[in-house]
Amino acid sequence: MPNELRAAYAKALINEARINDRIVVLEADLMGASGTKAFKNEFPSRLINVGVAEANMVGMAAGLSINGFIPFADTFGTFASRRAFDQFFISGAYAKTNIKLVGTDPGVGAQYNGGTHMPFEDTGMMRLVPELVIVEPSDSVSAGAFVHLLAEHKGCTYMRLHRKGLDDIYDQSASFAIGQAKVLREGDEVVIFAFGAIPVHEALKVADILKDKGINITVVDLLTIKPLDVSTVISYAKKAKYIFTSENNQIQGGVYSLILETLNENNIFKKVNPVGVHDKFGQVGDLEYLKKAYGMDKDSIVEYILKTINK
Amino acid sequence: MALSNKQKSELVAFANEIRKETLLCIANLGVGHIGGSLSIADILAYLYGKEMKIDPKNPAFDKRDQLVLSKGHSGPALYATLAIKGFFPKEWLLTLNRGGTNLPSHCDRTKTPGIDMTTGSLGQGLSAATGMALANKFLKKRSRVFVIIGDGETQEGQNWEAAMSAAKFKLGNLFAFTDNNKMQIDGKTSDVCKVEDLHAKWTAFGWDVYRVNGHNFNAIDNAVQQAKTVKSKPHMIILDTIKGKGGGKRFENQVSSHNANLTLEEANTIIKEVLNA
Repeated sequence: MPNELRAAYAKALINEARINDRIVVLEADLMGASGTKAFKNEFPSRLINVGVAEANMVGMAAGLSINGFIPFADTFGTFASRRAFDQFFISGAYAKTNIKLVGTDPGVGAQYNGGTHMPFEDTGMMRLVPELVIVEPSDSVSAGAFVHLLAEHKGCTYMRLHRKGLDDIYDQSASFAIGQAKVLREGDEVVIFAFGAIPVHEALKVADILKDKGINITVVDLLTIKPLDVSTVISYAKKAKYIFTSENNQIQGGVYSLILETLNENNIFKKVNPVGVHDKFGQVGDLEYLKKAYGMDKDSIVEYILKTINK
Repeated sequence: MALSNKQKSELVAFANEIRKETLLCIANLGVGHIGGSLSIADILAYLYGKEMKIDPKNPAFDKRDQLVLSKGHSGPALYATLAIKGFFPKEWLLTLNRGGTNLPSHCDRTKTPGIDMTTGSLGQGLSAATGMALANKFLKKRSRVFVIIGDGETQEGQNWEAAMSAAKFKLGNLFAFTDNNKMQIDGKTSDVCKVEDLHAKWTAFGWDVYRVNGHNFNAIDNAVQQAKTVKSKPHMIILDTIKGKGGGKRFENQVSSHNANLTLEEANTIIKEVLNA
């Protein structure tokens, strides 16, 4: 039974706000999309809707945090990154304020909103912001957990949030930490380092398909890419013969780049095989169409892996 | 109540000292944002000499008023003000823009005691100030937030986004000033991209608006005291100023004063002949 990540996000914000009167939510006219109407119902004065003005939303969040509040500011990932990047960079990270920026509909999740609303570059852009924490939860359980973790973290953070319903991966009792990856399947020769709700779900489907073919692969849900869980990545990269990355954004500057950099820094010189967007713009379509169009669907990944390992 | 003659002469002396220290600070390095620093010396003297609740020995005390210098490149004037008030030793002024300094050209809240917001990327300060004032309103604090923007900076669209938000949230605790020195890097503001009619624009955005001579303490005081009686709107006090004011022929009303070279000898001549200090 799929659970909406946005519902988990809103519920977690409400829970957090009940125990912490410094939690506020900023919106730029997307309350309906991000699910925070529920938050407004319970805390009407703590939902700050600035209208269609993302730059100002992020700037106000910086000011609110300077005077003691913990502002979660959400909008579509394109606007959270491209539109408000300088505000987030300067008034946010550089000024060492405490903004919890949330970019919804990462990558192909934007579906019918198409290329204008399809953030393929936010991951790479945000990686360039020093000291930033970057996460993408992979299901409703981790989405809720990260709201609490980010609220507790002192400093700017960026969370990509796939809004729509997906099957839960984690038990309600699962515990998470910033900078901690989760190993979801243990295999032999092949490891996939997956980042984000759609890549992790596809990777699990890929693992099931390959298992039927007698191939056991390792699936690592990175969850946080800044700071990266380097020890887990290194440990599985060393063990594996074939390394894959999977991400719902441009591979340039994204997770493919990150894993290559990390392996190189640790003297592991193995080829990394990327799944993700290869220097392309977004487009309209339903989720299945879009995953296929960018080679992120389970069948494309299975084919890529089989070709790579010559089986 | 109007300013007494004593208050006025003290403010004039404070502003003069701010100009003097600003010139020396920049001259020590040899280059800097002279014009826009000198044009705000009077408003800084007024705010730090009379209006703002501050404690130089405890810069971050909870009930303080805060200032966001959105035109962050005028940092040297604010640094001079803070040094004179005792937020940090005056010797720091001689470290402006030197490697490892606590006084970078553009204001940085992580480096300088008394700086409440990092600025420099123009257009962002008013949003931050709006957020700070909204926070104070949520917390039912009496603290106020002051913010200074430039007239050229007004070309940044984010100001107008912030203007709408501040009006929406009825932030009577937000006092903004436009340093309307009518010049920017590439020329006169009216030639580069006209921002007037500022009074009409801010009024149309729902603000409580005043327009005064930004070098006249009585006029500034009248506007600020009147603004304090208006509780349900953010305030914009447009200060008609002269770029490079107090910088003599070379800098006063000169576009080239925006970022200019200055030797210690030249600075001392201006201090003696123009500032009579």
